[in-house]
Amino acid sequence: MGNNGTVWLPEGASTIAADIDWLFYFVYWTSALIMLLVVGGMVYLAYKYRRRDASDAPRPVKESKLLEISWVVIPTILVLLVFTWGFQSYLKMNVAPPNAYEIQATAFSWGWSFDYPNGASAGNELHVPVDRPVKINMSSEDVLHSFFIPAFRVKQDVLPDRYSSVWFEANQEGEYHLFCSEYCGTQHSEMVATVFVKSQSDFNAWLDEASAGEDLPLPELGERLYTQQSCNQCHSIDGSQKVGPSFQGIYDQERPLASGEAVVADDNYLRESIIEPNAKIAEGYPAAMPSYARLSEREINALVAFIKEQ
Amino acid sequence: MSSATAAQGSPAASKAGNQGASTYLNHKKTIRSWLLTLDHKRIGVLYAVTLATVFLLAGLLALAVRAELFMPGETIMSNDAYNQTFTMHGIMMVFLFIVPSIPAILGNFVLPMQLGAKDVAFPRLNLASWYVYMIGGALVVTALLVGSVDTGWTFYTPYSSSGSVSVLYMTLAIFIAGFSSIFTGINFIVTIHKMRAPGLTWNRLPLFVWGLYATSIVMVLATPVIGITMLLLFLERILQIGIFDPALGGDPILFQHFFWFYSHPAVYIMILPAFGIISELMTAFSRQRIFGYKAIALSSVAIALLGFLVWGHHMFVSGQSAISGIVFSLITYLIGIPSGIKIFNWVATMYKGSVWLQTPMLYALSFLFLFTIGGLTGIMVGVLAVDVHLHDTYFVVGHFHYVMMGGTVIALLGGMHYWWPKITGKMYNETLGKIAAILIFIGFNTTFFPQLILGAQGMPRRYANYVEEFTFLHQVSTIGSLVLAAGLFLVLGYMVYSLFRGQKAASNPWGAATLEWTMATSPPDPHNFTRTPIVTRGPYDFHLADEVFGPQHTGDGAGDGAAPEPAVPRKTETA
Ligand code: HEC
Ligand code: HEM
Ligand SMILES: [Cu+2]
Ligand SMILES: [Cu+2]
Repeated sequence: MGNNGTVWLPEGASTIAADIDWLFYFVYWTSALIMLLVVGGMVYLAYKYRRRDASDAPRPVKESKLLEISWVVIPTILVLLVFTWGFQSYLKMNVAPPNAYEIQATAFSWGWSFDYPNGASAGNELHVPVDRPVKINMSSEDVLHSFFIPAFRVKQDVLPDRYSSVWFEANQEGEYHLFCSEYCGTQHSEMVATVFVKSQSDFNAWLDEASAGEDLPLPELGERLYTQQSCNQCHSIDGSQKVGPSFQGIYDQERPLASGEAVVADDNYLRESIIEPNAKIAEGYPAAMPSYARLSEREINALVAFIKEQ
Repeated sequence: MSSATAAQGSPAASKAGNQGASTYLNHKKTIRSWLLTLDHKRIGVLYAVTLATVFLLAGLLALAVRAELFMPGETIMSNDAYNQTFTMHGIMMVFLFIVPSIPAILGNFVLPMQLGAKDVAFPRLNLASWYVYMIGGALVVTALLVGSVDTGWTFYTPYSSSGSVSVLYMTLAIFIAGFSSIFTGINFIVTIHKMRAPGLTWNRLPLFVWGLYATSIVMVLATPVIGITMLLLFLERILQIGIFDPALGGDPILFQHFFWFYSHPAVYIMILPAFGIISELMTAFSRQRIFGYKAIALSSVAIALLGFLVWGHHMFVSGQSAISGIVFSLITYLIGIPSGIKIFNWVATMYKGSVWLQTPMLYALSFLFLFTIGGLTGIMVGVLAVDVHLHDTYFVVGHFHYVMMGGTVIALLGGMHYWWPKITGKMYNETLGKIAAILIFIGFNTTFFPQLILGAQGMPRRYANYVEEFTFLHQVSTIGSLVLAAGLFLVLGYMVYSLFRGQKAASNPWGAATLEWTMATSPPDPHNFTRTPIVTRGPYDFHLADEVFGPQHTGDGAGDGAAPEPAVPRKTETA
C-alpha cells in the first residue's frame, strides 16, 4: 500500500479526498501563520522588554481598541469561512448519489463481512469498482464499530441497533486499509480489512468468482470462510495457541469444558460452537467467540467440513 | 485612581521575617491535625500530595502504553493488557487527576488568600470533599482488585455493558468522586460572593479567582449529569432494564449524548483554572497590567455557559443527523474564538513590561505555545468534513494532549513553581527549574507532535498494534515520552529536595501584587493574614503597589539567592 501522500495526509483515492485535503491544508496553513504570529510576537516581546533591573517599574500601557477589535473580527471571519466550507463538504459526504452501487457490510467482534447484490460475499476484503459511487449499508452484530478508510477520507460508526451508511467513489485502483476506528475490545487493533479498488471488468470477474461459492466443494468453501470470517484470528490450524483452541485434530476428540464436563467434538458440537459459542465453553479459554448464526446453512456445513479435515 | 497603598502597612510578622513565627505548617504537627484540618491551606496540601501520587501512577501507565507502541505487534504486553493500561491511564488522568487538579490544589490554597479571607465559606465541606475523593479513589483500587476494566475512559455502551463487574465499581467511583467536585464548586462560589476583603470589588478580583469562579459554575451544573449517567449504567446492569444496551432495548447513542453533555463542559473545568494561572503568571513576570482584564474575566464565564451547548461535536460520525452536526460545529467555533483572543491578550501583556524569565514564566510561555497548537488543532477537528477523517485517530489524541497536558498540566506546573515559596516557605533551585521546564517542553512536543501526523495519516486510536508504515512516528513519540518523563522526575526531585534543603523564601520573591504575596508571610500564618487587608487598587496595578515597590516598602521581599531583590525603591517616577 504505497504511500504517495503528503507529509500530513495519505494518498487520496476517492473523489471527495481532494476537497477534504484542500480544506485541511487551508486550515493548516492559516494555523501555521497564526502560530508564527503568536510565537514571533512572544519571542520578540519577551526579548525586547526583558527585565534589565530588579527595580524596573514599567508604566501601565493603555489598551488599543483597534488591536482588540481586529483580533476579534479577523479570526471570526476566518472561522466562519472554514465552517461554511466544512459543512458544505460534509453535506456532500452525507448524501449518496441515487445510482450508487450498494454493498451490505456487517461488523462483528472482530472482523468485517461484505455481501454483494448478486449473492457474493467476502470477509475482511472489500472489493469495489473504480470510478463508480458505492454505498455501504452497515450494521453491527454486537458492539459499536466504525468503518474508516483513510485513503477515501470516510468514516462512519456502525451500530448494533440501527443501520448506518457511508458512500464514496474511488478514483484510483489499488489496495487500501480499512480500519475499525471505534474501540471494540481485545482485537480492536486487528480489525483491519483491505479494500481492493478494481477496474469494472476486474471487479465483475471477481464478483463471478466470489459468488461461485455455490459450486465449490464444502471443505474448500470452508477453507475460504476460515480466513474470510476471520476464524484464523483466534484459531490456528497448526496447533499453535491463539485466543481460541487450535482446530488441529480436534474432530471426534473429547473436549474438556469449563463447566468440568467433557463433550465429544462431533458435527453437532462443532455446529453449536459456531452458532452459539457460549453454550459450551472450552476449558481454559475465555468466552470470547462471537456468534456466527448469520452464516448460511451451507457455509456452516462448509466450516464443519473444513475443521474435520484438520 | 489614588496612589494610596493597597494595604495599610505590612504585616508585622514580615518585618521580623518569619523565623520562629507560627505558620500554618508548624503550628500543629500531629498527623491527626493534618487529617482533620479545616484549614484551606492544609487541605490544599493534602490534595497536592494525593494528586501528585495519582499523576505519577497514571504517568507510569502512559509510559507502558508508549513502550508497547514502540513496535508493531506485541512488544511488551498482550492486547488485553494494553487495553486495560490505556483505560486506567485515561480514567485516572481525567477523573482523578485533571478534573480536581488546579482547583483542589492551588484553588484551595490560593483562592481565599487572594480574596483576603481567612478560609473558604464552608471549611468542613472542604475537608469532606477530600474524603469523598479518597473514597472514590479507594473504589478505583477495588475495581482493579476484583477484575479489570478495558472500556476506555469513555465507557461507551454496549461494550461497557458486557464487560466484567469491575466496570460497576469504576462507574460508582466516578459517581462518588463527582461529589468532591460539586463540594469544591459550591464552596468556591459562595466564598467568592461572600468573603471578599473590604474594597475587593468584582473588577479588582485577580483573574485566577475569575477562572475558578467560572469553573465552579460548570462543576456544580455539569457534574450531576455524569453522576446520573454512571448511575444509569449501574442500574442497567443490576436491574437489567434497557437504557443504553440495545440487547435490552436501550439506545447506545443516548449514552454518548449523556456522556459528552458532561465531558465537554468538563473540558472547561480542566482549562479555565489554567487560564487563570496563566493570567497571574503573565502579569507578575511582565510587571504589567493584563491586556483586556474585563474581556478575559467575562469570557471565562461566557465560555463556561456556552460550553454546555457543544457536546455533539464528539459525535459527528456516530449517526446523529447532519443538521445537529452543523449546529454543534457552529457553536463550537463561536466558543473557540474567546479562547483564541485570550492568547493574544496574554502575548500583548508583555508589551512595554519588564519580562522576567524565571521558571514559572517559562511555563507560561510554554503554555502559550502548546495551547495555541491545542486550540488550532481543535479548529481543525471542528471542521465537519475534516473531522470525519480525523475523528478517533491519533490526531485527536494529539489534540487533547496539547490541550490537557500542554494546557492544564503545564499551567499547573507553572502555578506550583510560582506559589511553591508561598506554600512551603522554601525556594526550589532555579537553574534546575529552567532545565526541567525546557526538557518538558521538548519532550512534550516530541511525544505528541508525531501523534498529530500519525492521526492525519490514518492511525486509529486505542490500537495495541498497527500497520508497518506507522512505525517510525510511533518510535519518535515513545522516545519523546522518555524525555518528558525525565523532565517531570527532575521536577519531583528538586521540589522534594527544596523542602529539606531549599533556601528560605521571602514573602514576595517575585514582586507580585496580589494579596497572598503582599500581605502574608511565606509560609502564611494559620489565619492567612495578621490583619484584614483593605484593597484600594486592582490586582495588577503594579504602579500603585507601593507596598511592593514604594519607598515605605518594608524590605521583606528583598533578597534570597534564587530571586534577588525585586523590591528596591524604584528609580523611575511613579506612573
Ligand atoms: C475472537 C476470537 C474468535 C473468533 C473470531 C472465532 N472463534 Fe471460535 N472460539 C474462540 C474461543 C475463545 C473459543 C473457546 C471458548 C468457547 O468454547 O467458546 C472458541 C471455540 C470454538 C470452537 C470449539 C472448539 C473446542 O475446542 O471446543 C469451535 C468449533 C470454533 N470456535 C469455531 C470457530 C469458527 C468456525 C470460527 C469462524 C467462523 C471461529 N470459531 C471464530 C474464539 C474465536
Ligand atoms: C506523561 C505524559 C503522557 C503520555 C506519554 C501519554 C500518552 C498517552 C497514550 C499513548 C494514550 C493512548 C492513546 C490511544 O491509544 O487512544 C493516552 C490516552 C489518554 N491520555 Fe495520555 N499521556 C500523557 C499524559 C496525559 C495527561 C496529563 C492526561 C490528562 C488529562 C492524559 C489523558 C489521556 C486520556 C483522556 C487518554 C484517552 C484514554 C482513552 O482513550 O480511553 N494523558 N495517553
Ligand atoms: Cu473496533
Ligand atoms: Cu467537546
